[in-house]
Amino acid sequence: MNTFDWVTQLLYVAAAVCFVLGLHLMNSPATARRGNQVSTGGMALAIATTFALVVHAGTVTATGWIVMIAGALIGAGAGLYSARTVQMTAMPQLVSLFNAVGGGAAALVAIHDYVRLAGATAGLPESTTIPTILDVLIGAVTFSGSIIAAGKLQGVISAAPVTFRGSRAANIAAAVVGVGGGIYMIATPSVPVMIIIILAALAFGVTMVMPIGGADMPVVISLLNAFTGTAVAMAGFVIGNWALIIAGALVGASGSILTKLMADAMNRSLRNIMIGGFGTGDSTPAVAGPGGDVRSVAADDAAIQLAYAQKIIIVPGYGLAAAQAQHQVAELAALLEERGAEVSYAIHPVAGRMPGHMNVLLAEANVPYPQLKEMEEINPEFPRADVALVIGANDVTNPAARRPGTAISGMPILDVDQAKSIIVIKRSMGHGYAGIDNELYVNPKTSMLFADAKSALTSLIGAVKTLVG
Amino acid sequence: MTPELLTDITIFVLALLVGFEVISKVPATLHTPLMSAANSIHGIVLAGAMLIAVTADNALGYILAFVAAAFAAMNVVGGYVVTGRMLKMFRRSRAPVPAPDTPAAVNGQSTGGGA
Repeated sequence: MNTFDWVTQLLYVAAAVCFVLGLHLMNSPATARRGNQVSTGGMALAIATTFALVVHAGTVTATGWIVMIAGALIGAGAGLYSARTVQMTAMPQLVSLFNAVGGGAAALVAIHDYVRLAGATAGLPESTTIPTILDVLIGAVTFSGSIIAAGKLQGVISAAPVTFRGSRAANIAAAVVGVGGGIYMIATPSVPVMIIIILAALAFGVTMVMPIGGADMPVVISLLNAFTGTAVAMAGFVIGNWALIIAGALVGASGSILTKLMADAMNRSLRNIMIGGFGTGDSTPAVAGPGGDVRSVAADDAAIQLAYAQKIIIVPGYGLAAAQAQHQVAELAALLEERGAEVSYAIHPVAGRMPGHMNVLLAEANVPYPQLKEMEEINPEFPRADVALVIGANDVTNPAARRPGTAISGMPILDVDQAKSIIVIKRSMGHGYAGIDNELYVNPKTSMLFADAKSALTSLIGAVKTLVG
Repeated sequence: MTPELLTDITIFVLALLVGFEVISKVPATLHTPLMSAANSIHGIVLAGAMLIAVTADNALGYILAFVAAAFAAMNVVGGYVVTGRMLKMFRRSRAPVPAPDTPAAVNGQSTGGGA
């Protein structure tokens, strides 16, 4: 190793240190911004080092420079534009899209390497072939799967589980062709076989995500994030670059943790979600109501209850995100605080459409983060709450989860039923994705305000304002 | 199997463990920015995309280099910018005015009136 190699390798190590420190600083909202800056610095260092390596190699043709720089500029422009203009409600789609391009780029790195070396007389060592195959397979699955996920989140593709006759068979066939082709390539290097496994992996990604419903998206996005990280680490193996291996492993770890957290919070195994079939959210009104009496309330009466409460806990769910009513809820909370009430938000881990999404939506609506409480933190406070205001959340509030023998048994829930009184804003008595009745709604302490989250909150704001005046 | 591969595997496994350790401490409040930050970190694949250009000398190589560079640059630039934008919104106390760079702020013009 000469001095140049030494220096570049050490710079890559420094970049990796920045990534780890950056993630470490995300442990608290107070330091998270600095964490992102440290991570950005590490990235700038890694890219500058790579640039020096490319220049030092001295083999880049004029065309090579043009395509590389043009590609990077176009990509950077597109990334900058989408990052600046995206609405916070559309964040899951954007993250999904970045997963797609990241996984796609990782696959392309390996494809290029393979095509180049397949022509060489020396052939391919298996220590490169195996990571290449894994990179191509995982990267291509991530690419197509993330695009489908983004399409579903954006509403371009139906958010409902899409299945057709033989879709499972097609999914299995794609997996068999991809893995089988990959094994064949270890023994016999072949570019045509690689093209076949790329196509199979793309088909697998599509058939994997299509049957998964909207409410399961937090899990799917996390899983695809883990896939992208793994694909990038594999690209690092292929080209022998530690920075890629370390960064990819970090992302793989982060994606895996979030996948597990999300699946646990939904009380579903990963296998159950992937096989899927349900998980469409609470948008379908059910025909039959639950047993017991449901007490319906008008916005004016609900407003009186809220206006005279000392301690209010707001429980926002998927329905709030879907109705994009985060600004209205923040306005109502501010109004109640002006009247001297103590307002906090109970955030279930799967509220929103990606991990932590509800927190970002509320932060955007100017809600201070100390008011956003995690499940373990807020649950002991429910018995002291005068009013729990549930907005578009369903299964995560169902006390049936505490009993064995129901579809959601064992699922961690918010102890909303322990509040002194409960107001639920909901469009209908429809079921959540678990498809069962919510026992909270027939609780004698509960009053139901049947309306879309946005219009209900707007009328509540109006009614509270009249009381003040 | 080469010694280099063994080193690579060692690094990969240790980095995974570091990742699990560091990330499992991140609070749920920050899970979306965390995922977005992780997203920008895998934008390091831009380094790999740039290295394609070192050996690219035919049309296929150039096309792959171009697409990979575009994808990876979009990933890295977009990822960092959007993470920064999100984190800027997390405030300890209610700010006097809504953030100017939030397009949806028009819906919540009176959110700044709190105590």
